[in-house]
Amino acid sequence: MREFLRVAWLVVRKDLRVESRSRELLFTTVFFAISCVLVFSFGFVRGGRAVEGAAAGILWIAIAFSGTLALGRAFERERHHDALRGLLLAPVARPAIYVGKLAGLLLLLSVVEAIVTVMVAFLFEAPLFRYPVRLFALLSLGTLGFASVGTLFSAMLVRARSRAVLLPVLLYPVTIPVLIMGVSGTAVLIDPEPNLAMARLWIGLLFFFDAVFLTLALWTFEPVMTE
Amino acid sequence: MPTPNPVDFERVAVTGVSRHFGRRRALSRVTFDCAAGEIVGLLGPNGAGKSTLLSVLATLAAPSAGSVRYGEMTAGEAGTALRAHIGFLSHDLQLYPELSARENLEFFAGLHGLDDPRRAAADALVRAGLDDRADDVVEGFSRGMRQRLALERALLHDPRLALFDEPFTGLDEASCVKLVDRLRGLRAGRRIVVLATHDLDVVDGLLDRALLLRGGRLRPLGGEGTLRERYRAAVATGDAR
Repeated sequence: MREFLRVAWLVVRKDLRVESRSRELLFTTVFFAISCVLVFSFGFVRGGRAVEGAAAGILWIAIAFSGTLALGRAFERERHHDALRGLLLAPVARPAIYVGKLAGLLLLLSVVEAIVTVMVAFLFEAPLFRYPVRLFALLSLGTLGFASVGTLFSAMLVRARSRAVLLPVLLYPVTIPVLIMGVSGTAVLIDPEPNLAMARLWIGLLFFFDAVFLTLALWTFEPVMTE
Repeated sequence: MPTPNPVDFERVAVTGVSRHFGRRRALSRVTFDCAAGEIVGLLGPNGAGKSTLLSVLATLAAPSAGSVRYGEMTAGEAGTALRAHIGFLSHDLQLYPELSARENLEFFAGLHGLDDPRRAAADALVRAGLDDRADDVVEGFSRGMRQRLALERALLHDPRLALFDEPFTGLDEASCVKLVDRLRGLRAGRRIVVLATHDLDVVDGLLDRALLLRGGRLRPLGGEGTLRERYRAAVATGDAR
């Protein structure tokens, strides 16, 4: 386990170092997420008042779209100059490489979410921070579910010519349950009459989804990466 | 007395290996073996299957049929530990251009679980002749410098089986001479070296054995004369058939 975590950390550190030099993923993803929320704010805020119940959906759409953008680029660094083969040739458990890539993405998306959540709360007058622990649980578990599936698909498609088109086509049908759970859970938290029992249910379902898909991804990463 | 590594091997045996990509056959019933202390050249025109064969030897691609045995074991039987004994320099250099030469080497040394990645990287930088550019990002390197760095990256962990795909690409004459010396050193250290190349004049006299791949099949490379003359004769014979 220690060796597994050591390898995952090496991959995360490498990705962070590359990102700190290029800032390519961070800037594009944050810019896209902000643009997304701003465009929605023009559509859903009329006369200084936001349309009721829109905030949860907008928050998760911004996360899903910017997450897809990040996922599409996640393995590009490995594809360039065939660095992926260098990784796969290392005598390490390949799922550790997957976990490293996933952790890097989660860090990136957590920055995006911090910005987007504040923006949505402000622009749509949504009481998103009324139950901060529950919101944190929803966002963390939802992002983990979305990114765990997305990282696997991104790795699978790394050699496909039309990967940019194929990624959302494959990703959204599988992760729709995560988005629905995320939106529903957030909606019941920010409702004028919040339903905490329902929020707990959605958090539980997200946890279950994450456990299933993370297990599947760890299990399938090795065969998927063998040509 | 040192304990022998159970996964280490002194011979690689390729038996009836075929590899298909959809309906295209990249390799067809390829059979050969190579032993420790041997440098084997893979020759052949573009698209002959050399890179595919190297990928199969590197365990990056599974054969569609046939088997590759590393000593007594297949890649499946040996598991992850086998990869500690394989080094691969592919045509693309497997480096991160945004990282410095040192960071690249330390990263891969860490992945290979070397005891002291910093020391290993520093030694490799000296061997690559890049110790004065160690902290420069690889993006700014010439092709030859990248090639030298990638070569040392592939050999960082002192692998038993060293696979090279066009290792002389982009190298100037002095670097070619150094690389030839390095390959001779690997042979003296009882490593198994398999290299695919078009630089026939450079490797003439270096190779212990040359294999000609054509259309995914091994062809005889007999005759007399220089390696280039033998290669041309073999290719011309193939064309006439």
